[in-house]
Amino acid sequence: MSKGNAQAADVSGGYVHQPSLRSKIWRYRWLYVFMIPGILYYLVYHYVPMFGLVVAFQDYNLMKGVTGSAWVGWDNFRAVFESPDFPQLMKNTVLLSIYRLVFGMLPDLLLALMLNEIRVRWFKKTIQTLTYGPHFLSWIIVYGIMFSFFAPGSGLVTTFFRDMGWGDIDALTNSELFRPMLVMTDIWKSTGYGAIIYLAALANINHEQYEAAAIDGANRWSQLWHVTLPGVRDVFMLLVILRLGGILDAGFEQVYIFLNVRVYDVGDILDTWIFRRGIEEMNYSVPAAVGVFKSVIGFVLVLGANKLAKRFGGSGIW
Amino acid sequence: MPYIFKKSIPDRIVDALIIVILSVFGLATLFPLYYVAVVSITPYTEVLRNGGFLLLPKTFTWDAYKAIFNSGVVPRALNVTIFVTLAGTALNLMVTTLLAYPLSKKYLPGRNAVLMGIVFTMLFSGGLIPTFLTVKATGLMNTLWALIIPGMVSTFNLLVMKTYFESLPSEIEEASKVDGCSDVGTLLRIVLPLSMPIMATLGLFYGVNHWNAYFGGIMYLNDRDLYPLQVVLRNMIITPSVSQELSVPQSQLSALPPESIKMATVVVAIAPIIAVYPFLQKYFIKGMLLGAVKG
Repeated sequence: MSKGNAQAADVSGGYVHQPSLRSKIWRYRWLYVFMIPGILYYLVYHYVPMFGLVVAFQDYNLMKGVTGSAWVGWDNFRAVFESPDFPQLMKNTVLLSIYRLVFGMLPDLLLALMLNEIRVRWFKKTIQTLTYGPHFLSWIIVYGIMFSFFAPGSGLVTTFFRDMGWGDIDALTNSELFRPMLVMTDIWKSTGYGAIIYLAALANINHEQYEAAAIDGANRWSQLWHVTLPGVRDVFMLLVILRLGGILDAGFEQVYIFLNVRVYDVGDILDTWIFRRGIEEMNYSVPAAVGVFKSVIGFVLVLGANKLAKRFGGSGIW
Repeated sequence: MPYIFKKSIPDRIVDALIIVILSVFGLATLFPLYYVAVVSITPYTEVLRNGGFLLLPKTFTWDAYKAIFNSGVVPRALNVTIFVTLAGTALNLMVTTLLAYPLSKKYLPGRNAVLMGIVFTMLFSGGLIPTFLTVKATGLMNTLWALIIPGMVSTFNLLVMKTYFESLPSEIEEASKVDGCSDVGTLLRIVLPLSMPIMATLGLFYGVNHWNAYFGGIMYLNDRDLYPLQVVLRNMIITPSVSQELSVPQSQLSALPPESIKMATVVVAIAPIIAVYPFLQKYFIKGMLLGAVKG
């Protein structure tokens, strides 16, 4: 019955015949009706904006709209690439992504490996429930918590430093501390949740492999090295590759919320720049050009990443 | 714990070490939340006297909570957020289900084309500016719909739900069809009752997203009365004095330092999520893994 309802509904005729496309469509009319709201949503809020990218090639005027604004060719792109801000923005974006990748992925794996060593069920469950909780909190809440720790004058850490005579630190507006702060809060927020996927991979490792290893005289460490780690290698590689595909997305929400004028030099990324120039200053065309650049590079990187993932792990994302 | 080996003394030390490290990790997760809660209920003079640090508050006060709930701004923002979360999640689940169900039927003509069109949006997007202009053009600016409609379906959630529907035994649906049930009836009476785990998972994902939503608020709303909780919270945290944000005269807050009020608002924003997620965890772990397998 794997062919589904097409045949099931046809048994009354006594024999199975291939219905024509038209009669099939009529038979499944309700299924098509179900899809209408969803398809409309995708058309209006995903496909229309893709065509809206033409504003990157216009001198967009709010009054005249997309249809009435003057075309300027590649001028906006030229303005972007010649702007002194652009190399800095690129550097900030890519660097932040790489920091996240390097310092963010290992804690996920380590937490999963450690949880995997624990036999006491209630302890394991408690730690798991605790650690993935922050995943569900907003970046604003995380910023609020950071504020209670690092606010100038009254934060817990700030006060501690002052009382210890280590001087005044103002971690929230310090260029040198901006990236470490982002990475640290990212680890706090996402490690527990990130561990879930490794735990699943670990649970899938065939128990017989451990038995076989044990018979061959492997101790705990060689079992870890020869059975456990190879068991999560594919997932790890896949996640690395996926992150490389999204390297121009350095975490808009978090960065925007942590950003302030005093850390623009290290903290302003492509997305925050687009948001400021576009939405806040209502200057749409040049930011849209940056957006096109981002979308195209992102598209190429994700496609490339998928190819790489297929070569490494056997199966890509699709 | 899959390993097979005799526990030697060094192994026990390793185990103990792991338990210590994990405990530290757990506490590091818990402490910031605990600290925020403590600051919000402790008189601020007490906080300062202890150098900002107190593990067990000796005296406590609900003044900060009274102040924010009497302010008008926070209750209004809370109403907006609750409305958007409930209405938005209901609409999310409805539209996602209606789209995922037909897409789970491999025999449906045209299914692949629709699926490809949807997956493509994960790879390429118009980006921030064109999306903003589209929302503007569709007349959602300055309405609460701007917080709901532009994110009506999450492609990730859609694929998770589609995978779930595909895993349901097709015989049950066929039986209901043979018994004369329509597609609508089959979906409502057969498929939905079997899909409660996935509905709970995706309901949590969508709900949390609405609860935490911030960018919709600052991009599409100018009317301060429509601001959701997260926007109010952000404005409150970055301002040195909260009386303006709360539109309450400073005199009314005289005894209260801004920090207590800020932290009380943070707690209000955290509480519902902390209250809900542990109960749904057995569902969403499964849901997340389902989604991790390709769609």
